[in-house]
Amino acid sequence: MLEISQIRKTFHPDTPNEVRALRGVTITLEKGTFLIIIGTNGSGKSTLLNAVAGTFLVDEGTITLGGHPITSWAEHQRAKLIGRVFQNPFSGTAPNMTIAENLALATRRGQRRGFGWALNRSMMGELQDRVRTLNMGLEQRLENPIGSLSGGQRQALTLLMASWLKPELLLLDEHTAALDPKSADQVIRLTHDIIERDHLTTLMVTHSMQQAVNLGDRIVMMHRGEVLHDLFGSERARVRPEELLQRFDEVRRRERLDPAVAEMLRRNYI
Amino acid sequence: MNLLIGATTIGLILALLAFGVYLSFRIFSFPDITTDGSITLGAAVTAALLVHNFAPWEATLAGFFAGMLAGSITGILHTKFKINELLSGILVMTALYSINLHVMGKSNVPLMNHVTLASQAESLFALLFGGTGDLFILGWPVSARDASALLGVALIVCLLGTSLFLFFRTNLGTAMRAAGDNAQMIRALGVSVDFVLILGLAISNGLIALAGSLLAQYQGFADVQMGVGMIVWGLASVIIGEALVGGGGIGILIIGAVMGSVLFRLLVAIALRWGLNPNDLKLITALFVFIALIAPAAIRKLKSTTASNSSAHA
Repeated sequence: MLEISQIRKTFHPDTPNEVRALRGVTITLEKGTFLIIIGTNGSGKSTLLNAVAGTFLVDEGTITLGGHPITSWAEHQRAKLIGRVFQNPFSGTAPNMTIAENLALATRRGQRRGFGWALNRSMMGELQDRVRTLNMGLEQRLENPIGSLSGGQRQALTLLMASWLKPELLLLDEHTAALDPKSADQVIRLTHDIIERDHLTTLMVTHSMQQAVNLGDRIVMMHRGEVLHDLFGSERARVRPEELLQRFDEVRRRERLDPAVAEMLRRNYI
Repeated sequence: MNLLIGATTIGLILALLAFGVYLSFRIFSFPDITTDGSITLGAAVTAALLVHNFAPWEATLAGFFAGMLAGSITGILHTKFKINELLSGILVMTALYSINLHVMGKSNVPLMNHVTLASQAESLFALLFGGTGDLFILGWPVSARDASALLGVALIVCLLGTSLFLFFRTNLGTAMRAAGDNAQMIRALGVSVDFVLILGLAISNGLIALAGSLLAQYQGFADVQMGVGMIVWGLASVIIGEALVGGGGIGILIIGAVMGSVLFRLLVAIALRWGLNPNDLKLITALFVFIALIAPAAIRKLKSTTASNSSAHA
C-alpha cells in the first residue's frame, strides 16, 4: 500500500525561477491497484513519480510504502521496494554491458552486492527463460551489448528488469512515449501482462487518454501540482477518452488557454 | 638488451598506473588528477617504511593502502561535498605534495642500501638459479637483478590484472561498471553511486600508489617530483592499449592496458636513445594524448565528409 500525504515540492525557491511543482498532493493506493496519472505539461505528474522514487526529497508531507516510512530514504534505498521504468528507453539499461549483465544487476535489486559472481551458468538458463517470455528473440542474444538493441527492445527489457523481483510498487513514467507506435503497443501489452500476472501495485504516468482508459483501475488527473480529479469505481469504469478531454477543456476554459494549445492537447492526447 | 628489459620492467610497473587510470577515466569518466599525488604517495610511504626497516611487503602494502585513502578522499570531496571532479583531484593532489614531503622528510629518499622487493627478488633468483651472474638471452647478457625484477613485476601485474578482471565479474564489480555506464539505472536498482565511485577511486589510486611503490623499489629511490604528469602517462598507455586490442570485453581491455603501458615505455626508451631531449618528454606525451583524444572524432568527420562527397559525385 502506498500512502502519499500532503506532499509539497518547490524548485528554485525564493528566486525568479521558483516553480511550485507539488502543492499538497495526497493519494492512497491500495495494494494491487493500477493507478494512471494524466495531466497537462507541467502539471506535476512526473514530479510526483520522482518524489515517490526518491529522485529528490519533498519539502513537506510524508510517503509511506508497504508500511515503511520512506520520505527521507535516498533513491537507492527506495529501490528495495520500487521497480522503475523511465520515459527514455536508454535510461533504464547500461548500454555497454551485455543483456545478461544488465539482467543480472536486476536480479539483485535492492540487495547487498558482494563478491559473489554476477553471472553463472545456472543463472543463464533462468535469464533465457524469462527473456523468452518477451517474445522478441532476445534469449539467443544475451551476450550482446544492450546498446545494440532498439528502443522498444530496451524498454521491454527494462520492464522485465524492474519487475524481476516483485516490487512493492512499479513506477512507469510515460514509458512508451518515446517509442514508435508498434513498439509502444508491444510494450503496453507486456506491461499489462506483467502487472496482471504479479498483481503489482502500479503508478503510471501517461499522455495518452487511450492508455489511461484501457489500462488501470483508477485515474488521477493533475493540474498545477494538485490532484484535479480522482476517478475510481463505477465512475472510472464509465469514463471515455472524450470525457477526459472535456475535463481538460474545462481546465482550458478556466485558465483561458490559447485555443492553439487546446488543439495541440486534443491532437496529442487522443 | 638491458635497456629493453629495464624499459619493459618499468612499462609493466606502470601498467598498474594504467589499470588505475582505466578504472577512473574509462569506467567512471572521472579525470582523476589525484594520480599525480598518489603515485608519489605510494613511493613515499614505502620508502619511509623501508628506511625504518619494515619488511618490503609491509611497506608495499602500506603504500597501496595510502593510495586507497587518497582516492577515497577525492571521492568523498566529489560526492559528499559536491566539488567538481577535476577540482577534487587537484585539491587532494596539492595536499599530497606537502604530505609526501612530510612522509619522506626530504625531497628524495635513496633506497639503494635497504632491503626492497627488488633486492629480495634478486636473492630469490640467485637461490633458484644458483648465482647472481649474468644470464645470456639470445646471446645477450642480462643481469640477474634485471631478470629477477622483470619476472617479479610480471608476476605481480598478472596477479593484479587477473584480480581486477575477476572483481569486475562479481556483483560489486558489475555494479561498479554499471554505475559508470548509466548512473540513473544503477541507482534505480538499489546501488549507491556515491559509494561505488568512492570505492572505485580508492581502488584506482591504490593501484597507482602501488605502481609508485614498486617503481621506487626498482629504481632505488623515491622522489617528491616523480608523479608529475603521470595521469597523462596512464592515459597514453590506456589509449595505446585500446588501439592495440581494438576494444572488446573487460579482460581484453585489461590486457590492452598492460600492452599499451609496455609499448609506450619502450617507445619512450627508444626515443630517448635516439637523442630525444628528456626535457621534452612530458610535452611530447601530452601532445600524443591530445592527438589520440581528438583523432577518433576527426577520423569520423573525415569519413563522413568523404562519403557525402562521393555520394554527391554519384
